[in-house]
Amino acid sequence: MTTTGQPPMVMTDSAVSFGDGRAVAVRCSGVTKTYGSGNAAVRALRGIDLNVHRGELLMLVGPSGCGKTTLISVVAGVLDRDEGECEVLGSDLDRLGSGERSRFRARNIGFVFQSFNLIPTLSIAENVAVPLLIQGEGRKQAVDRAKEILTKVGLGERTNSPPTKLSGGQQQRVAIARALVHRPKLIVCDEPTSALDHATGQKVMELLREVAAGDEMSLVVVTHDQRIFEFADRIAEMDDGRIVTIRRGMGHTLSTDPKAHAPKSSQTSETTA
Amino acid sequence: MIRVAMRMLVGDPAKFFGILLGVTLASMVITQQGSIFVGLMSRTFATIKEMAQPDIWVMDPKVQYIDDVKPLQSTALQRVRGVEGVDWAVPLYKGMIRVRLPSGQFVNCNLYGLDDASLIGAPKDLLDGRVEDLRQDGAVIVDEAGAVGRLARRSADGTTRPLAMGDELELNDHRGRVVGVARVSRTFQSQPNLYTLYSRATRFVPGERKLMSFVLVRAKAGVDVDRVCAAIERETGLAAYTKPEFQNLTVAYFLKNTGIPINFGIAVALGFLVGAIITGFMFYSFTLDNLRYFGTLKAMGTSDGTLLGMILLQAGYVAVMGFGLGVGLAALFGNSMGKSQLAFRLTWQLSLVAACAVAMICALAALLSVRRVISLEPGVVFK
Repeated sequence: MTTTGQPPMVMTDSAVSFGDGRAVAVRCSGVTKTYGSGNAAVRALRGIDLNVHRGELLMLVGPSGCGKTTLISVVAGVLDRDEGECEVLGSDLDRLGSGERSRFRARNIGFVFQSFNLIPTLSIAENVAVPLLIQGEGRKQAVDRAKEILTKVGLGERTNSPPTKLSGGQQQRVAIARALVHRPKLIVCDEPTSALDHATGQKVMELLREVAAGDEMSLVVVTHDQRIFEFADRIAEMDDGRIVTIRRGMGHTLSTDPKAHAPKSSQTSETTA
Repeated sequence: MIRVAMRMLVGDPAKFFGILLGVTLASMVITQQGSIFVGLMSRTFATIKEMAQPDIWVMDPKVQYIDDVKPLQSTALQRVRGVEGVDWAVPLYKGMIRVRLPSGQFVNCNLYGLDDASLIGAPKDLLDGRVEDLRQDGAVIVDEAGAVGRLARRSADGTTRPLAMGDELELNDHRGRVVGVARVSRTFQSQPNLYTLYSRATRFVPGERKLMSFVLVRAKAGVDVDRVCAAIERETGLAAYTKPEFQNLTVAYFLKNTGIPINFGIAVALGFLVGAIITGFMFYSFTLDNLRYFGTLKAMGTSDGTLLGMILLQAGYVAVMGFGLGVGLAALFGNSMGKSQLAFRLTWQLSLVAACAVAMICALAALLSVRRVISLEPGVVFK
């Protein structure tokens, strides 16, 4: 059984796609990844075919050890695949040198981590400014832009506080602001709500949904948290290094108007576009 | 990213001060022990340095250092004077004499006998009296450290007062009278120094066939001093050294024949080692504590070069701070001990050595951290 209580069903990514002809942000085909070698080898990805469209919020779900984190690591360009093709925003990251790949990530990818990974010795505005500083922007402009985005996520009054003074939900909002500040085209989120209570998790997902829809960003969210499935455009369920089902979430039926993104209680399961 | 690196470093005060402590400790111990070593070594040639006028010292060829006096025949003076290029040459007596204090105690002192006519070699910095007064009957000039120290007068009630003008000394059964107090550099043995006329000095000490210790020479203006030295050696068979050569000869003897270098070398090496261990451990621990954040920065697109720069900046900052604090503390220590007998001489060369040692410590500490951070896979941030 899968995490959603449905029987495993191996499907290709193209079987569940958008009919509106949206451009593809991430295109993976036959991606494999094995850790270790010999008897100790662990095949984390066994031929992944997956497309993520512009403006789409895709959730990767599945049991622990099924390869979700490995897959977003490959997609985000922080881990090399062994075989297959993976094009992110038109670039094959494995073909880029280390420096080029770093610059690509700095420009195009936003990260939201399970444990926030905010630098405790910086203020939250400085934390949010980091992606801009990495790209060489001046400190003042970067911090000003960070304050703008913090205001947008409801933390405009706390810009000089250290992250340790904030609640878990507020810290995750700071992390989201950090992922958004440089207007990336792809945001990868690793268990963004697992450290949060239900209500806070819902708010965080509303925020993510809102910004993704508003700025045509693509989001890939790894999660175990069934309570947030309702925010997904599509849900890709993984098991043993494979994608076993891809189905529509409630998100795709929602308007891009943030106000219309009220959580729904269930997802629709579809097998065709 | 400079500010980010600095905030990461100083944001955890306990760790930051731990790292700083290691660097400061190393810098301080290296500078302080080094300064004492240099101070001690400087004292070995203090007499040579104090005597400013001569630029050549002539002596028996077997002499190994300033206190290793092998007396010369008095005719040596005339032979040296006859060498071409010599402007003037004067005798110098240098030896030990026992001074009997009114309390009945004896104190060994360095006795310098200066040329009766020219008084060449007399101390320059007189706190009281005049050098010319040495021509008075039984006159001696005493150094300040000796006057307030071992030669100080002790009264019946136990109180002491410094030896002063007009006080009398019993010098090997001869009467001496203080006509001046001079400030001179302490010598290696730290014994009181007494200055008198050459003729009087040779009367104070037990009679020997040869009494002249050195011939002090000044080369004529415009004549190469080394060539004059060579000429003196060739024509008299004596050894002739320029002032720096004689200083080096003296220092070399002490370096080679005493345990001083190894004792101080061990102290300096321990300072370096302890500083390196503390700094290396604390800095590496700081890096490990921040590894998650370095990984996050790396995942977000910070290049290896920028991360390397951040770590080197952090190491460089603690190096500069630690070096400054360490040298400052060592200098304060030296200053506070200024009136004591401690030999302490902080030179810029020593500061440079301490700076290099601190740079090496911080570079080693940074190297450990850099390897850890550069080899860090950005994917670890998702684990």
